[in-house]
Order: sequence, then C-alpha cells, then structure tokens
Amino acid sequence: KELNLFWFVHCVVPKRNKRVCSGHCWSVCLSVAGCYINKMYYLMPDDSTNCFVYIFTFLNRQDLLKWNGWGYSDSKFIFNKKGQAEFTGKRYRLSGMVLPALREWFEKTFGASLEHKTPPRSALNTSDIPAPILNEDFLDDLKATKIPFSHEIEDRIFRAHGHCLHEIFALREGKFERVPDMVVWPNSHSEVEKIVNLACKHNVCVIPFGGGTSVSSALECPPDEKRSIVSLDTSQMNRILWIDEKNLTAHVEAGIIGQDLERLLNVSGYCTGHEPDSMEFSTLGGWVATRASGMKKNIYGNIEDLVVHIRMVTPRGVIEKSCQGPRMSTGPDVHHFIMGSEGTLGVVTEVTIKIRPVPEYQKYEVAKQRCAPASIRLMDNAQFQFGHALKPQVASIFTSFLDGLKKFYITKFKGFDPNQLCVATLLFEGDREKVLQHEKQVYDIAAKFGGLAAGEDNGQRGYMLTFVIAYLRDLGMDFYVIGESFETSVPWDRVLDLCRNVKERIVRECKERGVQFPPLSTCRVTQTYDAGACVYFYFAFNYRGIADPIHVYEQIESAAREEILANGGSLSHHHGVGKLRKRWLQEAISDVGIGMLKSVKQYVDPNNIFGNRNLL
Amino acid sequence: MASENAYSPQDPTLKKRDDFEDVLEERRNSSDVKYAFRCYTPVLYNGIPPCKASLLKHTVLKSDHVLFVIQQLSKESGESPEIIHEEAVEILDEMAQNLKLSVVRFFAFMLSKAFKTLFQRVRVNEEGIQRLQQAIQQYPVVLLPSHRSYIDFLMLSYVLYTYDLSLPVIAAGMDFLGMKIVGEMLRMSGAFFIRRSFGGDKLYWALFSEYVKTMLRKGYAPIEFFLEGTRSRTCKSLVPKLGLLNIVMEPFFKGEVFDVSLVPISISYERILEESLYAYELLGVPKPKESTSGLLKARKILSDDFGSIHVYFGHPVSLRSLAQGKISRSYCNLVPRHIPVKPPKDIFTFVNDIGYKMVRLQQENMVISPWVLVASILIQSLPQIDINHLTEQTVWLRNLAQSFGAFVDWPDHISVSKVVASSISLHHSIVKNTGGRVTLIEEKQDSSNLEHQLFKYAATVLMCASYRNQILHIFVRPALVAISVHSVGSSRKEEIFSYFSFLRDIFSHEFIFAPGHTVQDFEEGCYLLMKADAIQILKTDILLSERGHKIVSFFLAMFQPFLEGYQVICRYLSEEALEGVTENQYVSAVRKFAVKLLLSGAVKSCEVLSSDLQKNALAALLKLNICRKTKEMEQVVVKVNRTAVNSVEDTLGRKLTPLKTALARL
Repeated sequence: KELNLFWFVHCVVPKRNKRVCSGHCWSVCLSVAGCYINKMYYLMPDDSTNCFVYIFTFLNRQDLLKWNGWGYSDSKFIFNKKGQAEFTGKRYRLSGMVLPALREWFEKTFGASLEHKTPPRSALNTSDIPAPILNEDFLDDLKATKIPFSHEIEDRIFRAHGHCLHEIFALREGKFERVPDMVVWPNSHSEVEKIVNLACKHNVCVIPFGGGTSVSSALECPPDEKRSIVSLDTSQMNRILWIDEKNLTAHVEAGIIGQDLERLLNVSGYCTGHEPDSMEFSTLGGWVATRASGMKKNIYGNIEDLVVHIRMVTPRGVIEKSCQGPRMSTGPDVHHFIMGSEGTLGVVTEVTIKIRPVPEYQKYEVAKQRCAPASIRLMDNAQFQFGHALKPQVASIFTSFLDGLKKFYITKFKGFDPNQLCVATLLFEGDREKVLQHEKQVYDIAAKFGGLAAGEDNGQRGYMLTFVIAYLRDLGMDFYVIGESFETSVPWDRVLDLCRNVKERIVRECKERGVQFPPLSTCRVTQTYDAGACVYFYFAFNYRGIADPIHVYEQIESAAREEILANGGSLSHHHGVGKLRKRWLQEAISDVGIGMLKSVKQYVDPNNIFGNRNLL
Repeated sequence: MASENAYSPQDPTLKKRDDFEDVLEERRNSSDVKYAFRCYTPVLYNGIPPCKASLLKHTVLKSDHVLFVIQQLSKESGESPEIIHEEAVEILDEMAQNLKLSVVRFFAFMLSKAFKTLFQRVRVNEEGIQRLQQAIQQYPVVLLPSHRSYIDFLMLSYVLYTYDLSLPVIAAGMDFLGMKIVGEMLRMSGAFFIRRSFGGDKLYWALFSEYVKTMLRKGYAPIEFFLEGTRSRTCKSLVPKLGLLNIVMEPFFKGEVFDVSLVPISISYERILEESLYAYELLGVPKPKESTSGLLKARKILSDDFGSIHVYFGHPVSLRSLAQGKISRSYCNLVPRHIPVKPPKDIFTFVNDIGYKMVRLQQENMVISPWVLVASILIQSLPQIDINHLTEQTVWLRNLAQSFGAFVDWPDHISVSKVVASSISLHHSIVKNTGGRVTLIEEKQDSSNLEHQLFKYAATVLMCASYRNQILHIFVRPALVAISVHSVGSSRKEEIFSYFSFLRDIFSHEFIFAPGHTVQDFEEGCYLLMKADAIQILKTDILLSERGHKIVSFFLAMFQPFLEGYQVICRYLSEEALEGVTENQYVSAVRKFAVKLLLSGAVKSCEVLSSDLQKNALAALLKLNICRKTKEMEQVVVKVNRTAVNSVEDTLGRKLTPLKTALARL
C-alpha cells in the first residue's frame, strides 16, 4: 500500500504541479500523502506583491530518500538492541525481518566489531558548502520562463553527487569542493529547450540530473568550473505520453523513474522488461545517457536494443530521427552518439521505447549450471555465503527443522562443501509452458554437472538481494567497513582467469596498503552474452587503522581496474566512464576514437555548456 | 629501457646474506636407506597434487593451442591432421617427463652415497628454502639455477627432496637421452627433454611451449631450467637465452596465472667435476658424447675430493612486480589466447631485461672460495710465485673483493697460510707447491711437438682461469672504469665514460651487462673505485689516487687476457678473413692464427685459445655491425668491415680513443 501511495504522489500530483494551489487541493494532498508533502517551494519570490506560488515538494526526493546513503530513508540495516541485524521499513520482502546470521558473517568477514563505530554526522554542515555562483542575467531570464528552480543548500547538495563510495563518504564526514549553484525543474521538452537556450545565451554550465544513481563520478561538478552550474533535474518530466499497442512502443518522458515506468505500463498490461538493479531510482534518460543494461536483457535486450527513438536537446538544437522505423541504414546510427554520452552533449527529453505484454508466468530458480533464461547470475562461494548471512529468522520451529533437514541433505547426503559451493540464480519468464520446458532443460544440464535445484524460494531471495544489497554498504560504513561494486565485460574464455586475478589483486593490494584484515573480494557473473559475460565484483574492507581510507580504497579500485584491462576485460559494461574511469578511455577506444568523440562534442557543444567533463 | 632509473650507490658490503647448513652432515650420521624411504609430503601450490604424466600429455595434445597449430600445418602442407597428430604424439613421448617417486628415492640413495664421497660439504641456505616453500604455496614457481656442472640439477632435486619440497620438472638437453638407461631414469626423476635447436619447427615449438605452460598454469610442479642454456665451460655466467623464459612468462602476460615467482639459485663449486673436460673442450678437443659408459669412467673421479658445494636459494622475484608499470599486457586481448602472437617490442625488451636481471641475481649469491682468490693471483704471476707473496696478495684481494660485496667463504679461526695451503692441495690437478714456489702442474712432455706442449699448458691455464673467472663479475665494472682511466690518458670524465662504454659494448657477450644500463654500470664502477680510495671523482674529471695505481694495475693484469685475446681476434679478422670466413671454420681458423702468435711469443696469454672467448668476440662484433653474416651457398659466411675491425683493435691497444659517443647520457 505504501508503494501505491508513493505512486500516487508521483504520478497523479505531478500532472497538476506548478499551478497555484487551492486550499482544497492542499488538504487533499496532505491527507493522502501525509509526511511526503512537508515542504514548499516558491517559484516567484516577489515580496512587493506578496504573491507566492506554491508547488509541491515531491520535487524533492531527499525527503523520501536518504540524503547521505542509499535508497529510502525508512529502509536500512541496523543492529537492534539484542545486537541482531534487522532491516527496517516495510518496502521490501526483507523489511522488518531479523537476520540472525548477518552479524556473525559481518564480524567474521571483515574483522569488524559492533563496538567500533563510525557514525555519520547527523546533518549537513552547511558552512562547508561553497556559496552559489549565480549568473544574474540567466536568473532573470529564467524567472521569466516560470520554470521552478532553487538554490537551497539541500537541493544543491543532493544533486552534487552519485553513489560512489567517496561521494557518500564525503556526505557522511567530508565535504564537496564544488556543488551545483542552482537546480531547475523543467516540466517538458520545450522547457528544457528554453533552459538550454538561456544557458547558451548566458554561458552557464548545465549538468543533467536524473535519478542520481551514478557510480562513475559523473555527477560531480568539476572543481575548477568558474561558471554558474545549473543542475537540470528531469524528475518532473515523468509522463508516458502515448502507448502504441499496434507497434508495441511507448513514448515516454525521459525523467520517469524505472519503477514508475514499469508500474504505469503494467496498468495497461505492458512492461519494458528493462530492470537495472537501480530501477527503483534511476531514470529512463539516465539509462539512455549511460548505455544501461537490465538484468532481463536476455529476453528484452539492453537499452540500445529497446530504444526506437530519442529526442535530445543540445546547444545546437534538437536531435531526433524523422521516423520511428524499427531499424534504418542511414549512415552511422546517431542514437549511438547519444547513448553513452553521459550528459556531455545535451539532455535526453523523450524516448520511444519498445514494450511487451506482461509475462504470464515468472519463476525464480537457483541452479548450479548456466543456460539462457531471462536472467542468470552465477555467484562465487563468498557471495553464496554472504547470501546465506542474509537469511531471515524463520517463523516456526517446523520451518527451522525443515531448513536443518535441507542443509543436511545438501551437505551430508549430496556432499556439497559449503565452503566451495557456488550458486546460479535463474529467472524464467514467458508463457507457462515455455517456462516449464526451459526449466527442465536447465535442470537436465545441472544434473549432468552434479548441480542441484535449490527451489524458487531461494531464487526469489537471490533477486531480492539485488535491491537490498546497496543498503548494506551504509551499515558497513557505520562500522569502519567501506566497499563498492564495479563491473566489466569479458570474453567467455577469460572469465575465470579474470575473476581469479582481479580478486587476488584486490587481496594483495589491500595487504600492501596496510589494510589490517583480509578484504571481502568476490564476484559474480550477472549477464551472459554469446561472446562473453558481464562480471560484477564486490569489494569491501575494514579500514580501522588507516588514516585515509578513501584514498586507499581508490588506489585499490584503480589497481583492480588495471588488472581487469590487462586481463582482457572492458572498461565498463554498463556503469559508464564518467570521470572515475576516464583516464583509461584513450587506451580503451584508441586515439582516433577519442578524436571522433571530441569532434562530435566540438560540433554539438562548442562552448562546453554541458560541462560535466565526463568521458573526455 | 632502464637507463632512466639511475644507479643509486649502495654499500655492497651491507648486503645481507643467509647462513648455510650442511645437508651432508646428517647423511653421514644416519641411514641412507631410511632417508630414501622416508615419508615425503611436500607442500603444494593451491593444494594441487602432481599430475600423472599421461594425463599431462593428453591435456597438451588436446589443448587449443596444439590443435590450432596442427590444423594450420595441415592446411599449409596438405598433410592430414591425423598424421600430424601422430607426429605430435611421438614428439611428446620423446619430450615428456615421467616423475616416479620410486626412482626419486633410488636417486636419493645413490646420490647420498656419491655426494658423501665426492664432497666435503653441501651447504644450503635454509632461510632460502623456507622462502621457497612459501612461494610454492602461493604462485607457480620457476627455478633458475646457475649452470656450471652436470650435477647441478641432480643436486637441486636432491636438496629439494631433502627439505621435503616439491620436486621440479627440469628442462634438459636432448643429449642426456643418449645415455640409455640413465636418460630414462632422469626422465623418471622429473627431467623433460628438449632438442637443442628447433627454430623453424612450429609443431615442436607448439608442443614444447604448451607442455611447459600447462605445467605452469596448472601448477603441478615447479619448473626448472637453465637461463644460460648450457653449462658454462668457463665458469663465467653466460648471457641469458630467452626462449624458455618467454614461455614461462606468457601465462602471466595472458592473465592465465596471477603471478609467477622466479627464484634465482646460485650453485657454487669449490672444485668442478668437469674442470679438465671443459678446458679441453674449449681448446677444441671434441666433447665426449654423453654416454653411460662415459659416466662409468667418471667413477674414477669418485675417489677424488671436490671440496664443498654451496647452494643459495635467492629471494623469489615476483614477475608481476617486475612488470608493474613497465609493460602493458593488453596486446594479448585482441587475439584468442591459443593463437600464438608475436609479442610487441617492449615485451621482448622486458623479457630480455629480466633474463639479465636473473643472471645477475645468480651472480650476486655465488660463493667465492679462497681458491678463486688464489687462482686470480696465481694466473697473473705465471710461471711461478713465492708462497708467502701469494698468501699476502690473496689476503689483499680478499679484502678488496669483500669491500666490493663479494660473498667470500673464508674459514674463520684458521691461519691464512693454512687456508691457502689447503686450497692448493685441493686443486692438486692444477697447481703444486714445490719448496715455497707455487707453479702450475706440467705433465712431463716427451714429444718435441711444440704445439702439443702449448695445448697441454694452455689446458692447465684455462682450468686455472676458470676459477679466476668466478670472481670477475665482482670486479668487471670497476675494472673497466679503471682500465678506461688508465688507457684514455686524460682525466676528462666524458672521455673515460666513452672508452668505458666502448669496452662494455665489446665485452657485451663476455660479461653480464644489462642492456641499456651503461650509465648505471659506469657509476657503479666509479662508486666502488672511489670507495676503495682508488679514484677521486670531481665534477668533470676522474683522478687516479696514490692507492689507485696498485688496484688499476691489478685490474689491468686481470683483464689483460681478454683485452689481448680480442685484439688477436681483430687481427685475425683483418689479416686473414677479409674474404670472409664460414661460421663453421671460424673457431679453428682463429685458433690456428693464435697458436702461431703464441709460439712466436708475440702473444702471451693462452686464453685466446678458448673457443668461448673467440665466439663471444665474434658475437659482439656482429652485434656492433662490425661483422655481418651472409648466406652463401648453404653456408653462413662472416663478412668483415676491415676499417672498423682495425679501429676496434687499435682502440683496444690504446692507440686511439674511440669516437665520443653517448656523451649526452652523462
């Protein structure tokens, strides 16, 4: 119900936003949405006339989301009074549950202790935030357009970062050198055009902001940017403009958040099938700008396969194709200048995306062999153990007895060593018959290689972990443990070598840099392709005794990236380059490649209005 | 590539080295049978047990790399893949090791017996063993011993067995297989056999490299091979051969292993079993083919005393740390890993540098026996030297060598004269002390054949030289600086450097100089001389000090045989080989030319007769483009640039300073 409420706020209210509110509307909204609407914005401060125009604070995600960590404010891991781990809130399957094994795993894996705490500061230190550089002429012109904006500190800070470790760490106990000077909330493609025109006219730097889930330092403001930096928040452009059931496409505004898009399409019986791990928060425009990948890409495809048409506002004008043809041979595909441009060329405003009927049947499975269902993930042993640590407390003695029996069967009877076991989670999707047929195929393969089906329950938990795992980092950070995930793609024949070498490199680098406890260094295959796989690494360590943990962390991560590249892995499968990985881009795409990108940038944005300095 | 990292002077005497333990001591006090049958449970890499020889062969034959090459050859030659496959099976059968613990135990027993009679002590640094044991558990290990004798690898396996370490598989030359039963037994104790030359044979190369790489990747056992490629007949280190080194590094370049540990091992002999054999070989008496009966004849040496052996396991060197920041491995990323790729130039340079680095690490831990010092003095003072003078000089040299960082094994609590006397008596095959006069042994010569007499004498000189050679790596850098200071006749630093760099180029195959390290070598030499108070280094000048004269003249005498020898070769080339000389005839022609000069008394040093020196000189001249090879009627002919050769000869004879090259690098 809570989710529905959220949906209501997001999807119903926005359509009426920016209007002068009548008292009636106010009260309705307040009673329905309760605490979510607790702040107001004035659009046109005009003291002389005393006329204020209010809009609602759903503009402001920070009221619903943590300002210094991942996800919803109400959902987090804590250690309760009994010292047991618990996941708060009501949003997830795991919410409200006690996780008895987590504490031991946490202490054993990291050498961490509940006594050694590193709590974040409780509120932002506003004096740390640099004063905004404002371009008065731009501001005057912007006011005339009546597009809402703000230069409040909370708004600016919230859009100054993504979710890299160093960014979250800076929120918890550090500071940012440069943050956006103001935030604007355009409501439509034409408003974006107006903003970009004004930005060009007044030489203002624009950084598009979607869901803020970047993990490539893409949202960081260049510290030496002297111009006023405007964060262009696309969150108000969140409507589905039309659905074409004949061609199975939907035309959607780019600011829509993944889960909203999916939910709204579901109402009409459709889905996109694009489910990146961040889909609760990330936006369609963000997916396009970073070449995102969803976990069910085996059936639905990655973003580049899903997109039919893109509209983007650039300093040169609007770029879009003239028709919605499913494929064309019209020279190099200009969509590929846009996908992966990471906000350096313009703002994606509207996208036509393929849709599919909602699948009749879904089934989550765990097996020990690979095949090609909708999604497949293969975890190493460390992750298997980690997943185990997140098993909730069971309700009855009977279930606990059953669990014991299962464990006995697997370890003693079947002879699996819990210290060597690895797990694949599979997701089948389609009509019932096909799913069951597929499933049988997979089990046959599994049986051939001594694998074992672990049941749908385990499978579902595996996928649920995808969404809660990001919350876990915040818990770690309360107890001297920092970590991050990073990814790559690599040809099949090198997957094993790459995984082993990168994990080993991480362990070795930690040792050399004085990390006192062995790190968690683990990986899993999260996507499969005909010619290779996407590999995800999780890396975390206990930083007690280290003076500058973030610096050490970054050195190790970049060593790991070097190792990935040396072993034939790519610079990124779907996280993007941003600023975090741009020093390797030249090596990755050659001098000529860089030259091509530069000349595109030079033509499209000669004055570097979109000056987030990603990629190049 | 390395010239950017400047030489940072470090007092060589501060080098820390481990202590030794005698492994024979326990053998003398307990049963050899029990020892041979004791429980042998070595620690393993990743816990992987050694692989069955047949399984290994199968893996290699079924590897993508070998299958690919077979396909390719089949396409090229039109031969069916099955036939090529058969051929591959044969090659592999000829090559593969077949480690059998029972044979190892047999060897353990036999070698215990043999070593106890042959040697006084076999001393091993146990800390090195511990380091090795740790390395074995972490990453695949490559053992790189020095190679001065047949028994090197027997000795090494014996030591490893004694300390309960994994037995290595050893790359051995095919000639060992000639020794019927013994060859097969070596195979069963872990040797695998490679042909000496197989340059163009793609199938052989594929099988061989895949065989080595498979063992390394799977980590079945440490791999052992000799960087120098062959036994050094002169007891100087040989320039590294890179074939096998390339192969063992490839799995790292391709990311198939995380790291590889390279372990330099220095095996020093107080007296070398093959000493006279080597001398005759160098003089051109053909080497007796390795045969079982030959080995049996060698039994007569069993009654002789060969002193001590020192086996020093150096610090394992991580290939990964060596490669860090020096090379990019991404060249392997664009081609499937089973298809052979020619590595780019920087990889080649890197492997070459590592080769030299490893040889230098071997040299660093070579133990220098008192006899080496005695021989160094003696060979400068032929035909005879007074025993007291010899002793005095030996002590002087010992102190100098130690201050230059030499690892001298000088017994404590024994008087100097006793040490010298016992050295002389141990080497009774070379030297004798008659009434206080020390001379080389000379067999009674009835024949009036002067040439024959000369060769007999030269053999003894070469034997003696082979011991002096063991200390040259300590002195070569300061000595070449000292010779340069002396020869240039000017104190200008840049002129001295320029002459030094000329000598270094000319002797690039004679001594181990890491490529590209000219400046560092020069600075190291200067630093050591300065430390010995031999020179003063000013801003632009280098001045010889009072004390320096003795050192300089000692070094001049020490390296005179090489300076003189190279001049003789230049003379030969410019006087007799103007039309070119075939590669096959070169050695005998030079020898004939040198004999003439020696007999006439124009040349003093017999060492010019050493084929090793002759070949090294030619290799250096070829490298400097002073000679070049051409192919004429199926024969390789060496063509000579006469002016250039003459200039080298003159420069060596100090009549002309060489062109001022490489000044900018100072």
